[in-house]
Amino acid sequence: MTNTQQSSNMQTGYAARRRAINIVVYVILAVMVVIWIFPIIWLIIQSLRGEEGISTSYFFPHEWTFNNYIRLFNDDRFPYGRWLLNTLVVAVFSCIISTLFILMVSYAFSRLRFKSRKTFLNLGLILGMFPGFMSMAATYSIMELFGLKQSLVALVIVYSAGAGLGYQVAKGFFDTIPRSLDEAAKIDGATRSQIFWQIILPLSKPIIVYTALTTFIGPWTDYIFVSYFMKDNSDNYTVALGLYSMLGNQTMSEYFTVFCAGAVVIAIPITILFVVMQRFYVEGVTGGAVKG
Amino acid sequence: MDFLDYVQMTKGQRIAYRIKSFFTGIPRAIGNFFKIVVYFIKTFFVAIGNGFKNYGRRFSKGDAGTKLSYIIMGAGSMMHKQIGKGLIFLASEIAYIYFMATFGISYLSKMYSVGVQIDEAGNMVDGVIGRERAMYTKNLLGVESISNLDTLDNSNQVLLFAVMTIIITIAFIAIYVANTKSAYASQQTISEGKTPLNFFYEMKMFLDERFHVTLLTLPVVLLMLFTVLPIIFTIFMAFTNYDKEHQPPGSLYWWVGFNNFADVFYANPMKSETFGKILVWTIVWAIFATFTNYILGIVLALLINKKGIKFKGFWRTMFVITAAVPQFVTLLLMRLLLGDNTGLNAMLGTQYPFLSDATWARITIIIVNMWVGIPYTMLISSGLLMNIPEDLYESARIDGANAFQQFTKITFPYILFVTTPYLITTFVGNINNFNVIYFLTGGGPSPSNYYQAGQTDLLVTWLYKLTINSSDFNLAAVIGIIVFVICAVGSLITFNMSKASKNEEEFS
Repeated sequence: MTNTQQSSNMQTGYAARRRAINIVVYVILAVMVVIWIFPIIWLIIQSLRGEEGISTSYFFPHEWTFNNYIRLFNDDRFPYGRWLLNTLVVAVFSCIISTLFILMVSYAFSRLRFKSRKTFLNLGLILGMFPGFMSMAATYSIMELFGLKQSLVALVIVYSAGAGLGYQVAKGFFDTIPRSLDEAAKIDGATRSQIFWQIILPLSKPIIVYTALTTFIGPWTDYIFVSYFMKDNSDNYTVALGLYSMLGNQTMSEYFTVFCAGAVVIAIPITILFVVMQRFYVEGVTGGAVKG
Repeated sequence: MDFLDYVQMTKGQRIAYRIKSFFTGIPRAIGNFFKIVVYFIKTFFVAIGNGFKNYGRRFSKGDAGTKLSYIIMGAGSMMHKQIGKGLIFLASEIAYIYFMATFGISYLSKMYSVGVQIDEAGNMVDGVIGRERAMYTKNLLGVESISNLDTLDNSNQVLLFAVMTIIITIAFIAIYVANTKSAYASQQTISEGKTPLNFFYEMKMFLDERFHVTLLTLPVVLLMLFTVLPIIFTIFMAFTNYDKEHQPPGSLYWWVGFNNFADVFYANPMKSETFGKILVWTIVWAIFATFTNYILGIVLALLINKKGIKFKGFWRTMFVITAAVPQFVTLLLMRLLLGDNTGLNAMLGTQYPFLSDATWARITIIIVNMWVGIPYTMLISSGLLMNIPEDLYESARIDGANAFQQFTKITFPYILFVTTPYLITTFVGNINNFNVIYFLTGGGPSPSNYYQAGQTDLLVTWLYKLTINSSDFNLAAVIGIIVFVICAVGSLITFNMSKASKNEEEFS
């Protein structure tokens, strides 16, 4: 391979070798896909299993059924339908508030120049380094003070009040919009507020969609805060905590297949959302390093 | 090396040079870290000093109105024909005084002992004495609860309100300084023969020149209330004895200085040993988790993006799907799949202690984390791979470089260079990785010589358990502060390092 001579003999040898390498790569990829997809397939199969109990000594169930999905929504002990609704409500509200906050803060840091801008940016960086749930006991005390103990409102506040700190991705996006637009509008007599609402925001649909989706997904996957905030008030659980509670020692074997059904129900929409917005995700974490 | 030498190098040499200078920059970066810390402290105090200087200067040069506004806020503005503004300043002063008189002062004064209670004789006693008396009563009468609960302060509330008062006071000082500035500014405008801006016009500025204030106020206020306030409160907690023995309401807690830190580092053998072991595991975990995912993720991306491989979209989607399923679902599933009597063990009829033996569990966790994390890295580095300029490879091929050399000399350095910030965030993220540990093993197995923790616990899961299971809030706060310090120092040093190596020229 070090030589690029044009002899036909070598060319066929080269092609054969490349094909061999490609076949090896295909095999590796196929094996890896099997490993990666296996647990997911297992989850779906378990959710369709007729026999009760945590596990079986065989892979495919002897009895296929949809009963687990029916049971999921008709169980008194674990009100899955209610949890879905709770999570939906919390997710919608925290999505609206957080998206607004994130757009406002990131626009201010990206386009406006003011005296304490650097200080604010540094403070934001420092605040972001505290472990997220380090102060949850304190936050809980504050909620208690406002009479919001174990309520869904408290959850909305927890998920969205700190949203301003998550400005990096959107700021990176705003940074890429040419400044000449602002200047042209300014010459035409537009105020900064008008520029924000009427010029920048309509150009920022991708980042608005991305921010809205990430903030919407957040409450569906959070376990830490709900578990501390709701304690034993199972009526106000969200899906994540509810499903986790199904796997308690007493109920695990009875409810395992139901848990799998619940997991499938929640995983489908979130997976679709993520696959759709993977491009934004990549741009977000690499800080705009990818421009392809 | 100066610029001329650099320009004369080939592209490959430039990349090698950049990588070399990245790693030789590490000691300097550590030095710079301390410089930055010192610089911040210096800037902070210089800013305060300048603030006082200007404050004094404005007073000495101010006219009667300006001077008056140092005591009665808004007076200057009102005397300088800015009635609306002046009224707002005045209202905020009255509101603050009212707040302090009815509320703030009492809590601030209780802060030194975090709460007081009334003893039988009707005297106020502070936390320490109060607690001793309460215990004394308990022993004497043999009852479990403290008799005069109503007269007992709730330490939690006292500390919380005190911190709140401090934050409000700082905010008020900012308004106060703005008031003196505004008075002086309007005085100067008048002395220049102009009229100061009217109230309506100034309000309109909040949509234009001061639009940042409009945008930032609400997010910052909520951030203060629900993020900053709890963090400060928690930091204070680290210096109290707020543990399961001292739970308000019912009993007070009080300041214990650095005792909790001493406990964690050396004074309490059980806690300090637990801390030491968990710290070591946290760092080992973070290193393994970060680099296994990183390297194998890049390899996977290379395989998928290799020339001649078909169905790239299909392969990528297959892996992305596993990354997309919520982590708590996949991880709980893995726990059952790898349980002692469930999942794989049941299907194969074996008894491997995947998650119940400490060493097995640690290895399993790292492997499962690869399952969780490799798709993410693949996703990110796929984008980067397509971004590498094709002519780099062409010139390398002409120079006779083989595939392996191309990888080690071009692809890997390029990706390493571009993804350094990502590497930092993943490392910090792994130190704080709650999900993988908590859902897989719950920190277990838990031998009895660990204080409220297990052998696979990270600092953050320990923090969570201390908060949830044992209500050792003071200890949890100490751990939180330590995690913060680790993350802050680590990211400052690496950030500085990558910045130093980027300084000279853009990588291209």
